[in-house]
Amino acid sequence: MIVALSIFLITVGSIAFHFWSPWWWTEVASNWGNMDDTIILTFWITGFVFVAICFFVAYCVWKFSYNKDRRAEYKPEDKKLESRLTWATAIGVAALLAPGLVVWNQYVTVPENAYKVEVFAYQWGWKYRLPGDDGILGKTDIKYITDENPFGLIIEDTNGKDDLLVDAQELHLLIDRPVKFELRTIDVLHNFYVPQFRGKMDMVPGIVTYYWLTPTRTGDFEVLCAEYCGSGHYAMRGRVIVDEEQDYKKWEAKQITFEKMLAKNQKKRQFATSKKG
Amino acid sequence: MSDEYEHKLEAKSDYATDASSVPSTDIDSVPKAELPDQELYHSHSWWTTYVFSQDAKYIGIQYALTAVGTGLLGLVLSWLMRIQLAFPGLGWLDPAAYYQFVTMHGMIMVVYLLTALFLGGFGNLLIPLMCGARDMAFPYVNMLSYWAFVVAVVVLLASFFVPGGPTGAGWTLYPPQAITAGTPGSDMGIILMLISLILFVAGFTMGGLNYIITVLQLRARGMTLMRLPLTIWGIFTATVLAMFAFPALLVGCLMMTLDSLLGTSFFMPAMVSLGETLTHEGGSPILFQHLFWFFGHPEVYIVALPAFGIVSDLLSVHSRKTIFGYRMMVWAIVGIGALSFFVWAHHMYVSGMNPWFGFFFATTTLIIAVPTAIKVYNWILTLWRGNIQLSLPMLFSLGFIVTFLNGGLTGLFLGNVTVDVPLSDTYFVVAHFHMVMGIAPILVIFGAIYHWYPLITGRMMNETLGKIHFWITFIGSYAIYFPMHYQGFVGVPRRYFEIYDSPYIDTSTLLLNKFITIAVLIVGAAQLLFLYNLITSARLGKKSEKNPWKANSLEWQTPQMPPEHGNWGKELPKVYRWPYDFSVPGAKEDYIPQNQPPSEIIGAKVEKT
Repeated sequence: MIVALSIFLITVGSIAFHFWSPWWWTEVASNWGNMDDTIILTFWITGFVFVAICFFVAYCVWKFSYNKDRRAEYKPEDKKLESRLTWATAIGVAALLAPGLVVWNQYVTVPENAYKVEVFAYQWGWKYRLPGDDGILGKTDIKYITDENPFGLIIEDTNGKDDLLVDAQELHLLIDRPVKFELRTIDVLHNFYVPQFRGKMDMVPGIVTYYWLTPTRTGDFEVLCAEYCGSGHYAMRGRVIVDEEQDYKKWEAKQITFEKMLAKNQKKRQFATSKKG
Repeated sequence: MSDEYEHKLEAKSDYATDASSVPSTDIDSVPKAELPDQELYHSHSWWTTYVFSQDAKYIGIQYALTAVGTGLLGLVLSWLMRIQLAFPGLGWLDPAAYYQFVTMHGMIMVVYLLTALFLGGFGNLLIPLMCGARDMAFPYVNMLSYWAFVVAVVVLLASFFVPGGPTGAGWTLYPPQAITAGTPGSDMGIILMLISLILFVAGFTMGGLNYIITVLQLRARGMTLMRLPLTIWGIFTATVLAMFAFPALLVGCLMMTLDSLLGTSFFMPAMVSLGETLTHEGGSPILFQHLFWFFGHPEVYIVALPAFGIVSDLLSVHSRKTIFGYRMMVWAIVGIGALSFFVWAHHMYVSGMNPWFGFFFATTTLIIAVPTAIKVYNWILTLWRGNIQLSLPMLFSLGFIVTFLNGGLTGLFLGNVTVDVPLSDTYFVVAHFHMVMGIAPILVIFGAIYHWYPLITGRMMNETLGKIHFWITFIGSYAIYFPMHYQGFVGVPRRYFEIYDSPYIDTSTLLLNKFITIAVLIVGAAQLLFLYNLITSARLGKKSEKNPWKANSLEWQTPQMPPEHGNWGKELPKVYRWPYDFSVPGAKEDYIPQNQPPSEIIGAKVEKT
């Protein structure tokens, strides 16, 4: 009796917790609200199975508890029942999978009008690079990384000259415009994650990974690293601010191009060496 | 029936099958033995009996005790981690220690506790007894297997005492960070971890060959594969998986050792570390992830399949009912085992591998839910119209059904590639895998220990202590992991030493952290109660009668209980049926042991198995 009741209460308690606990996802701030929808669908289907099976177990434990004068039913198999259950499960699983794959297809297909932002991760912080007026990000190589060229742009690649370098922990994005993040790391694995955006992708040294999204509301969001990257992993935070066009333009105007930064840094070094000399 | 008579009977039936095609009319006939009786090693000293034992039963117990001892360390580490998460103000741990404890906790629990306990422990104890063999096929290799495991554990523990401490790379040991500065224990700690794993794989291979060959070659006369208890099917299939999966881990470990010690670049691309460009070039970190998860996903089933098998037997025995759909259960075990090699990259949806793989692996992953669901249905249909005894093993089995169901269903979230994107690397994942491959299998382990304890010691464990242990463990661990899923929805990332006051995280989430930690401390402490029960019952427990649960499988039918060296006295058992003939209409008792000949149960309307 107690056992059946406990299983019943655990099930009811789980449902109550699900609907009334204060812990739920943050308000979505990107176009990936359909990920939330897929989760809700999954909740309904799996929740139904969970409740049905737990109630069934509780009922069995209550109804068929031991009695030494009674014998259990002797029924090793029931082909029909087994095949019905198999098909029902297969249909349920397909109902989960199909919408999931549709959304995944959107997730891995970047819209053509998306503008690019390079996210540059290192132990333990974030920098960003925008393609500048030509819309093309210059090529990079780890070997080019020096004090003057902290992003490691290949100097010979002219596409990189007008790239805007954001050497701060803060990135601004345009509202309602699709953006493709090109993800680059110079050391270990990282993952560019903003809970409200829902999207996620690891950054792997040696390759450039990507994902895209469209911010849907303005605001100030926290960036977290979501792939373990050593002792400072938990402190690898940053900020993303979603702006209306005007504010974005103001911020963009303040950023420095690669060409200018290189010139500035070289001057600084010449000054330092000349002073030493 | 005298021995002599039986011999004559055998000779006659053998002669009949040899001489003519007329089938034997003797209803008690079994196929004749294909191999001569096994020659056994007999120990002569204390050392060879208790330390370097070659008796599978002892080796099983040695494996189990070593695994549990290591697991206790894993438990203490989890306490320390949880205290840090709930009460960061205490400052007991620095980030390095926290990450080292996370790593060691994970690796210890998955490999050194669960794998070793299910296969090394229960495998050794149960395979020869349940198959009706005198011992494993290769007792000496079996002994070596255990001692290789001991050395692996010692090397693992030694890493706590080397400069830099144990590795803090996370249990997945992803390069490059596992072997570069910035991760604790990236010099000696990681090397010892890799060596320990290599030793474990070597030791396991010796044991695994034994389990497979014993099941295939040394079954008693009449014990067809489709008469094997599901426990053996689970352990057998898990061992086959391990033999295919562990080599991937082994080469991964070897390659990373070379990367670290010799400067090769299997997994190491050109990268910057501490402001310097390293000499590595051209390697692929994702390659390691593929190797790791090609091992790591079957590993989940290496732990789960023995639990599936054992819980099937516990449910059947303690509800006095035939396991429902035995053949489907066997095929589900085999099917899950085979499919488990085609799903590994669902751990890598957001790893940076080609995103188009997501379609394939999401599909295979959700397909595997079908045979798994069949198993759950068959467990609950075994309860239906059963005669359910709420003994300790039954309680733990019921606990398993609830937690496994919960953890299995959240697997459908993570396996479905789109849903995985927001949830991966959050506490949802932590909650999911603890529920499904931590709590659920451990509940089975407890049930199995309460069930087979009399077979090992001849005494019963204390029922009251056992019930307290069950309720705290079951309710407590559900209270730990169920709410933890919702932290994942909030977006709390895993492997965070400290979460700070993040703007998007409500303070109530931190409150939930405190609640979970307190539950962890209580559930952990309840395990001491279990240990106390385990130790004292060996001396003080109520004496058990022979076959105390009235089970059918062979391990309870030995001439002596606990079984002696060689298990079966002079004559090996003969098997006439499967182990699930419970409550057969027309039979005198509500159970018919596998070795009870048909001539003794005339009138029982038993289906042919």
